[in-house]
Amino acid sequence: MSSRRAVRERLLGRRINTMAETMKIPVSITLNGSIVRADVEPRMLLVEFIREVAGQTGTHIGCDTSYCGACTVLVNGRPAKSCTLLAVQADGWSVNTVESLESGDTLNVLQQCFADKHALQCGFCTPGFLMAATGLLEQNPDPDDKAIRKGLGGNVCRCTGYLPIIEAVRSAAVVIKERRS
Amino acid sequence: MNAPFRRKEDNRLVRGRGRFVDDEGGRALHVRLVRSPYAHARIRSVDVSAAEASEGVICTLTGAEVATLTNRFMQIAPPPADQVIDYCMAPDRVRFQGEPVAAVVATSVALAVDAAEKVRVDYEPLPVVVDAVESLRNETLLHEQVGTNESWGSLFEWGEVDKAFADADTVVTIDRLKFHRFSSTPLETYGGVVTWEASGRIDMLCNLIQPGVAMKFMAPALSVSPEQLRVRTQDIGGGFGIKQNLYPYLMIAALCSRKAGHRPIKWIEDRREHLQGSAHGNERTFLDIKVALKADGEITAVSATHIDDCGAYPRYEPLGGVIWSQVAPASYRLRNLRINFRQAMTNKCPVGPNRGFSRMQNVWFLERVVDICAHEMGIAPDVMRQRNYIPEMPWTTPNGCVYDSGDYAAMLAMAKEMIGWDDWIAKRDAMRAEGRLVGIGIGTALDSGTNNFGQSTIVNPKSGLSGNSEAANVRVGVDGSLTVIVGSVPQGQSHETVAAQIVAKELGVPEDIVRVASGFDSERATHTSHSGTYASQFAVTSVGAIHGAVEKVRAELLTVAAMLLQKQRSELRTGVFGGVAGVGTADGGSHVSFADISNLINTKTAGLPAELEDITLNCRYVYRAPFQLPDPVRKYGNLTLTYAAQVHVGVIEIDPLTHNIHVLDYAAVDDCGRVMNHTIVKGQVIGAAAHGFGAALMENLRYDANGNLLTATFSDYCPITMLNMPNIRYGNRESPSPFTYNGAKGMGEGGGGPIFALSSALQDALAASGARLNQSHYSPSDLHAVMTGAPARGVAQVSATRQRPI
Repeated sequence: MSSRRAVRERLLGRRINTMAETMKIPVSITLNGSIVRADVEPRMLLVEFIREVAGQTGTHIGCDTSYCGACTVLVNGRPAKSCTLLAVQADGWSVNTVESLESGDTLNVLQQCFADKHALQCGFCTPGFLMAATGLLEQNPDPDDKAIRKGLGGNVCRCTGYLPIIEAVRSAAVVIKERRS
Repeated sequence: MNAPFRRKEDNRLVRGRGRFVDDEGGRALHVRLVRSPYAHARIRSVDVSAAEASEGVICTLTGAEVATLTNRFMQIAPPPADQVIDYCMAPDRVRFQGEPVAAVVATSVALAVDAAEKVRVDYEPLPVVVDAVESLRNETLLHEQVGTNESWGSLFEWGEVDKAFADADTVVTIDRLKFHRFSSTPLETYGGVVTWEASGRIDMLCNLIQPGVAMKFMAPALSVSPEQLRVRTQDIGGGFGIKQNLYPYLMIAALCSRKAGHRPIKWIEDRREHLQGSAHGNERTFLDIKVALKADGEITAVSATHIDDCGAYPRYEPLGGVIWSQVAPASYRLRNLRINFRQAMTNKCPVGPNRGFSRMQNVWFLERVVDICAHEMGIAPDVMRQRNYIPEMPWTTPNGCVYDSGDYAAMLAMAKEMIGWDDWIAKRDAMRAEGRLVGIGIGTALDSGTNNFGQSTIVNPKSGLSGNSEAANVRVGVDGSLTVIVGSVPQGQSHETVAAQIVAKELGVPEDIVRVASGFDSERATHTSHSGTYASQFAVTSVGAIHGAVEKVRAELLTVAAMLLQKQRSELRTGVFGGVAGVGTADGGSHVSFADISNLINTKTAGLPAELEDITLNCRYVYRAPFQLPDPVRKYGNLTLTYAAQVHVGVIEIDPLTHNIHVLDYAAVDDCGRVMNHTIVKGQVIGAAAHGFGAALMENLRYDANGNLLTATFSDYCPITMLNMPNIRYGNRESPSPFTYNGAKGMGEGGGGPIFALSSALQDALAASGARLNQSHYSPSDLHAVMTGAPARGVAQVSATRQRPI
């Protein structure tokens, strides 16, 4: 059995009956401020809804076991791995992805700091890190390295060796604080 | 280089606007593979009828069909292993867990997954061999027609080994060392959108990283010309060499596309599939190690048997069987070597050229030899290295490789200073006095770059590959901008940024006007058979090609400008004139813009003078590395153009309760010749170090005796995260390479420094116990076994025999 199906079954708390799964359920999710309505199979993961139904491909899939965090989004303002949620669970919720961070063509502070500090190479993990870091800085505007490591410990980057990401988040926190004062 | 760091790639990537393969193929059909749960089994039957009747299913494909539709893959090995039968899908027998046996094509991923679960495969399990040493006893054969599990083997002997042993003051023997199996597991898995078009062209949008060579595997297997394959890439989410083994899966998708009526097929591997069935790094066991030493610690000879494990099918192997010899003596002046290299096939995932490919394993071996011998001789590990490091450059190794530049002793001194070596020695001793297990270790890593593919003739004299090359194209647009196309396949290595930097610098124009059209396209971009991004070579091959193309474009621009401005070419130069990129005189008094020149050649062509008719402003240059074929009998020749190096020094402590290893301090010094971009080089060094820490501390592709992969999800494999990544003090030295036009060397693989340094530090931490650790990876339970004296494989039997009184 595929591990994704195992995740779905765990979330649903029951074995998936394929016949039943072909029934579709209407959901309405506010994605990056716009309402997206669709009839989806109950087994559809939130990340699949974001990528395939809404066509927002900035949110990535890197594993099947909610280890890597490439799919991290903000769900009602809090970071969550969108592969651990079903689209039907998110009915009525507000979801924000990496595409919501920029204003027009202007990068936000975190995005700019990631670029400035070389906190990305291939960029595949970056959307997940940005959303996890957004959530971290909301909760803790002045994180020390330990808090950053803990806050982003659920995200995997295979290129940078993490140290530049820590630096980017630290430097974003400083810039945000300066702007507020 | 005081300008703020800016990368051309980043604007799209931080906005989530990269274009990765999974973002494409909107109207494609989806394929799901049925994979073997057994490591070794005969396939009695495959029943796809229920799957074919399932909702949304377009067609299925079985291994038996594949055997009728395709040819087996070519083998790099000479006889008898050239008889290995390897198809992109198993026809009648599976040889590793995760090997595909059937494919189901449906209108959605979910429906393909549902249907794939209805495929019934009847397996007859066969005996499994997972250990390479055991495999070479040939009690269980993977490929009967080969008659042996040895994919390749040969004796490598250089210098006067017997004499060196006879003259030795001390001989140290080590029974066994083991470099474990791991992978750099790029975060983006394998994927492709493949269409076998009705015209016969096969379009493969994918994340393959060495397309030129992969096309040579795929085309004969599909009975098409390589020119019929259109292989193209866009943004790639990391590769680290592992994505070279994608080609069997692209072939499956191609066959599915043809069977589905030439419709596009999308295949995205999931993480379990990736860990079980993509590619792993080479695992290597070192046996019967004998080391000849002088009384002062100089190592004069090493002899050993190296047994490499390439998994179930060789694929890119047995090239690793010679690639290690690019760094045969590692960073040491050792002249006499006898290595009996053998490579075994086992019931495990095939290996691929993972970051540090084959050289890292050999350097780890010699680093362990140096540390163990230092220990036996009572010489400090830093002193031992200083006595044995290569003393001068360029240095010709016993097998004819030429190390271009570098000063390893100076790098070690720098790393020691950065970490505060003397203070740490004192602190370590004080901590030990409190009963704490603290160790300091050194790793000297080599990252040889720009392969001479001619070394493949050492494996098989009939190899059709030699040398190395790369192509680049520079075009002047009608707006005066410059567009660069290069055959490299970046996966995060910042090629757009560096290519633009080179072009801008050479022509004296701003980087903003240089556009780099990144991504491989075998049909519409430029490439050679060696094209790709692997083996630390962009800085040499791609930059060499870009440099050549820029020189051609410059010459054309000057020719046109000289005519327009009525000047001699020698009076003119490229640069910025009146705020615009163009060509003009040194005083700027007379100039013409790139845009005006381009329009004359491309737009307003009526009446173009005859002397300009060969001007294209669209110039291609192929860089070819200056290589000769090596001597395959003596196994002698220059196998690589550049040798970047790193010295790592680390301090670790073993938690006495959990047996977790904590890094207390760490320094890494890199020398990759002239640095083109310091931030990018540092990024590669830290990133490669993370792979080393991960490999040493966490990441292990562990199989049970039945060939079940025990670490088949990220939650079991545990790639290193921010929680485990230590801080690193970073240092850089620049020893320009005499063999490249700008002194830069290929880099990025890093060479596995932390694996060496942590092995060394662990040995130091447990010095008092007398245990000589022999593995490249220790889980806390492995360490517990070693420290409690449980019978474990993690300890080497070492002896030192003094042959001469001192």
